[in-house]
Formats: sequence, structure tokens, C-alpha cells
Amino acid sequence: MTFLFATLFYISLGVLIVGVALKIRQYWKTPAPLKIPTMPAPTTQAGVVFRMAREVILFESLFRSTKWTWMFGWMFHFGLLLAFVRHLRYVMSPDFILWPLINNWLVQFAGQYASLMILFGLLGLLARRIFVDRVRYISAPSDYLMLILLLVITVSGIMMSFVTPIDIVSLKAFMMDLITLDSGHELPVSVPLVIHLGLVALLALIFPFSKLLHAPGLFFSPSRNQVDNPRERRHISDWAKKLES
Amino acid sequence: MAKPDFEIPELKLDTEVPALKEGTMAHSSPFIAKPEHQEPLGFPGELVEDWHDRAIGKMGDLLGKYRGLQVYLDSCVKCGSCTDKCHYFLGTSDPKNMPVGRQDLLRKVYRRYFTFAGKYFPWLVGAEDLTRETLDEWYSYYHQCSQCRRCSVFCPYGIDTAEISMAAREILDDVGMGQKYCNEIIAKVFRIGNNLGLPEPALADTLEGLEEDVLEDDGVDVKYPLDVKGADILLVTPSADFFAEPHVDGLIGYGKVFHEAGLSWTLSSHASEAANFGMFIGSYENMRNVSMRIREAALDLGVKRIVFGECGHAWRVAYSFLNTLAGPFDFLDPKYPVPQHILEVTHDLIQRDAIKLDPSANDDMILTFHDSCNVARATRMGPKPGGQFTIPREVIKASVNRFVDMAPETIHDSTYCCGGGGGLLTDDLMELRVKGAVPRMDALKRVIEEDGVTHMAAICAICKSQFTKVLPYYGMGMDMIVSVHQLVSNAIVLGAKK
Ligand code: SF4
Ligand code: SF4
Repeated sequence: MTFLFATLFYISLGVLIVGVALKIRQYWKTPAPLKIPTMPAPTTQAGVVFRMAREVILFESLFRSTKWTWMFGWMFHFGLLLAFVRHLRYVMSPDFILWPLINNWLVQFAGQYASLMILFGLLGLLARRIFVDRVRYISAPSDYLMLILLLVITVSGIMMSFVTPIDIVSLKAFMMDLITLDSGHELPVSVPLVIHLGLVALLALIFPFSKLLHAPGLFFSPSRNQVDNPRERRHISDWAKKLES
Repeated sequence: MAKPDFEIPELKLDTEVPALKEGTMAHSSPFIAKPEHQEPLGFPGELVEDWHDRAIGKMGDLLGKYRGLQVYLDSCVKCGSCTDKCHYFLGTSDPKNMPVGRQDLLRKVYRRYFTFAGKYFPWLVGAEDLTRETLDEWYSYYHQCSQCRRCSVFCPYGIDTAEISMAAREILDDVGMGQKYCNEIIAKVFRIGNNLGLPEPALADTLEGLEEDVLEDDGVDVKYPLDVKGADILLVTPSADFFAEPHVDGLIGYGKVFHEAGLSWTLSSHASEAANFGMFIGSYENMRNVSMRIREAALDLGVKRIVFGECGHAWRVAYSFLNTLAGPFDFLDPKYPVPQHILEVTHDLIQRDAIKLDPSANDDMILTFHDSCNVARATRMGPKPGGQFTIPREVIKASVNRFVDMAPETIHDSTYCCGGGGGLLTDDLMELRVKGAVPRMDALKRVIEEDGVTHMAAICAICKSQFTKVLPYYGMGMDMIVSVHQLVSNAIVLGAKK
């Protein structure tokens, strides 16, 4: 079991990193030949950073559009961030400089209860997908499965956090082995833990091949990341330049 | 107005989101281009034998050329946020007119041929083979998108269905399934210089007629010059301005503004068209070829500035793309942005008190204003973001005493398309145009009933033509639509500044 999971972790992490890096490279290399920011758009680069920050942190466009989806979506994502930070405790050595930032009452408490926020957000999103006819129409099997996958990860996590605590010390020893390329510590045996870790690895595996690409995609979206200055600066792509000769 | 063979929607004061009705608009398709419309644009005359491979090849080509397309096809999470934002969906209830429903028609093929998940697990991600039926479906529904970008405003990733429609139309053109309306018009621009096919003598004649009209009505000798070398300003305006109503009243207004401000200007017969349908068909090359005529005219006439008349998509191509397509414009006077909008010019003159307006001349009207989709969401006016909303309103308010805005969720960057943009302003799409106008008609009806509005001003040749045609279907008068510069034209006091 320990060996299996160790292998799975290395593979899925590798696929995640390489896959996303290749996608980012593709986005980076593909030119945006025309200025197409959704107006009104910022007229400076700093303004674009601010616009992007509002999208990433507050989901501004979604907020303008539908308050329910915004609420569920934002709770899910923000909860995920808090839970993620809390989990750093399992992969960080107590000697590390950031340790006190992670291993304190506030972060651990917020991270633990964020799981309920995630659960609530996911259930809301699932309900919308099932009950709003327009959203149901556009949903493919993968859209439901993605939510179910996240739900099972969340529920198994909640189980370990609130119902049947697991042997954290052994888990951490196992995780530190993975990081330091060491071995010797066994993965503690627990059904929720196996489910939790297995599905997280699966999530990492499918990330570069699924709609989870919306995360890097947002940063490359020309309608959001372009500066409104076409009259001041000539914007021309390489392939378009060739038409001029 | 011919008796329609479809049901005209009933107007509400607030547009309601309809329940889905699948297939209600599956029959809507514009006429297919004939070989003589296709070939001048560099497209095959009819559907090619190897359409399948060619379409997939073209899709790959576009994915490599347009980052937007690649990112948009990958990033949609099917959140549904855009589903109730398209006027064509709101007016027809057809789920394939929901922006994401429309995108998915292309996305399912993209996934099948270009993504790992779609190649190996098509059923899981809704990927599908490209078939002959798919092409017909693309042809139908990508000609039910006016490329208005309203969906993009509300998408958390800014996914712009307009870009996807343009790509789809380019693929269709490339396999020989072009749209007659757009392609015939583009060919006309290449041949004659404008969408309407008005040759130089006809233009000269029309302009002379305008001079006589103004002299008769106002007793002032306002000139409407054509092809005058050495003029300071080249005015490029949609050719509908030369004779359609109420467009021509706008053109009369531009002339009066230039006259009163003492600016030297000219129109060009070579670039007698501001519209650029190359954008609608997503063809960079054709859009560039149309734009180059403006550069050529500016060089040939030796002007110092370029100013565009009232037109929505034309202002998009002008403001956002002209410098890219036909620049650099370093031979023009660097004191002025290239190009400028006529409203920027007039607004500036009003601010500087260089023209005098008497708003009481328009006291027989109560005005509202329709933000054109392309102007609102794809361009700017003036130095500050949002100038595209404030500048037209300030010019209107300087020209009239009574002005009321429509509901906030239907104006500024939330504005609804008139229903006829994006190359859909053709009689073979009348049902779509009438139904797509529903959200704007709803909002208009409300200000008519609650505020006694009598007229709606517009700054786009397509909006003006579309509304003039569609208003009667809803029992409103076609003469409710006015050009913004028509209001200026009525209010301007000629000779006040001499
Ligand atoms: S661009 Fe406009 S017409 Fe096209 S799908 Fe989006 S909202 Fe509808
Ligand atoms: S709003 Fe954007 S992400 Fe959401 S369904 Fe529409 S296109 Fe997809």
C-alpha cells in the first residue's frame, strides 16, 4: 500500500506539473493578434493587474452575473484555499521558516471548518447543475463527475477531521519520506485516508486534461488581460506582420 | 411590413428568462454564398470534397493563430453564468442560442480532435465527430450570434462567444459554406469602395443633393466635399449614411459641425465605407484588405486626421484594430488620436464652446439612448475608460432638453444588441432579428410607458436600420429612431460663432 501510494503520488504530481506547464507554454506561444479586451478596460498594465486580481480574488464578473453561482463558487474556492494552507502542515518540517505561520491555532481552525464551506459550496453547485434547466442542458457527464469527485474528497476529509481521526504522526512521517525521497515509514491504514489521498492524486492526474484548465486559462484570457491602448501603441503579431510584405 | 410567418413575442416591461425549448430556431439559416460571392474573398465557391479534413485543418490553424480561441475552448467550466445573457436566447428560448450552448457546437468537435479526453473518452466530455450535419448546425447557429460580446462581460473567464463565432464562420468560409449577405458585400467593397455599391458619380450626386437641402432648410451653404486633396480631415462613414433614414440626417449633422467649427474635411470615394464586414466573418486578411483602403485614401488625399462617422462595429475595427491592420499612421498629425470618432470631435467642440447648440430645437422629443454593443464593449471614446458611455450622452444632453436612460441592466456595458448586428442584418433572417430585439424592445417600452419617451437615439448604422425595420412589428413607429448627429443637426446654431 505504501509503495503503491508513493508511486501514484510521484506520477500524478509529475503529470500535473508537466501537463500544466505544457499548456501554459502553448497559451504563451499562441499570439493574440488583435486587441480584444472586454471594455471598459484598464488603460495601463497596473490597471490590468488590478482587474485580474478582482477576478481571481472576488470573482467580479460572476458576481455581476448570478449571485447564487457566485456565492457557491466563491465559498468553494475560498474554502479550498484555507483547507490547502492547513494541509501544508503535513508536508512541512517544523524547522522550516514558515512553520509557525501554518502551525497555529487560527490557520488550523479556519482550515478545518473551511471544509464545511467547501461542502456547502459544492452541494450548491451540484444542485444548480441538476435543478436549473439551462445549466442541466450544458452539463456533460464529466461536469457531474468532477463535482462528485470533489465531494467525496471533501467528505472523506471531513470524516477524518471530525469523526474518525487518523494517526497524523505516521501520515506526516510518510509524507516527509515522499518529499525527502526517503522510505521506511508506512502509510497508516484508514479507509477515509486511502479514499482521500487516492482521489486527490486522481484530481491532479486529470487536471491538465479537463476544465480545471480554467485556472491558468483566466490569466491568458485576452478579454481580461489586455490593456486598452490600441490607438497609442501598435499591436501586431508575427504572423500578421508577414501579410505586410 | 410583410405579414410574418412566425409568432411575434409579446413584450414585457422586464425581460423574462424563458424555459428551454429545444430546436425552436434550428430552421433559421441565412442564404449560402454563391461562387461569385466567395471567390473574390479567396474562398472556394462551393462545399469542397474534403470538407471534413479541411475544416479540422482550419480549426487547428486558427487555434495556433488566436490565443483567445485556444483559451476559450479549454476554459469553460459550464457554470451557466452566461446562459441567460444572450438576447437571441431570451427572444427564442432555443438552448443552442445560450452563449455556452453556441460555443459547445464548436467545442465538442475541438475536444474530439484536439484533446486527450475527447479522443479517448468522448462520451465523458461530450465530444463529437465532425459530420455534415454539424456543418449545417454551425451554419445555422453561428449565424444567430451578433458577436455582441454581452456574454463575455458576465463570464468569469471573459470567454467571448463572438470570437468563437468568428472562428466558426471562417472555417465555414474555408470549406465553401460562406454567408451570401456578408461575402457579397465585402466583394462589393473591393470592387467599388462601399457596401452599397455606390460608385463615385452617385456619391457626388447625393452629396450635392444634401448641400441643396441644407441650403434650402437652413439658408446656409454647408459643403459635403468628396475627394478633396489637401483637406485636413478624412471622414469615413458607413455608406448607409449617404441615403438611408435616419442615417443621412446624421451625415447632415457631421457636415454642419465641421462647417460651424471651420474644419476642413472631405469624404473619399475610394474609402466610402466605414463598415468592415471582414470582422463578422472572422477573416483577418479580408478585414485588413478593407481597412487598407482607408490608409490608401488618407495617403492619397494627404489628410492630417481620420474621423469615423456613427457606426458600431466600424468603430470597433477603427478604434481597436485599424492601427494594427493598416498602421502605423505616423504620416498623420500626432496631436490627434488615430482614428477619432465624430462624437469625440463634436464633444470636444462643445466643451470648448466652439459650436453653439440650442436644445429647444428638439423640444418635440423625449430621448433615450441605445448603447451599441460594439461601441460599448469593444471600444472607447475619449481619454477615460467608459467615455463610450458618457460622451454620446453628453452630446445628446447638450442637444435636447429631455433625456431618460433605460433600465441600468440594459445600458452601458450591459447593453443588449439591437438584434441585427454581426452580419445578420438581412431579410432572410427576419424572424431572428425580430425575436432577438426583444430585450431592447422591453426596455424601450418601459421608458415609453413610464417616462413618455418618444425617440431613441443610436450611433450605429446597423442599429438604425435594424430598429427602423423591427419597431413596426412591435407596434411602434419606425421614425422613433434618430441619429445622434441628427439631434446635433437640429440644435446647432449655424453662424453663431462667425
Ligand atoms: S456574442 Fe452576443 S449574440 Fe453572440 S452568444 Fe454572446 S450574447 Fe449572444
Ligand atoms: S459563463 Fe463562461 S465559463 Fe460559465 S458557462 Fe458561460 S462560457 Fe462557460
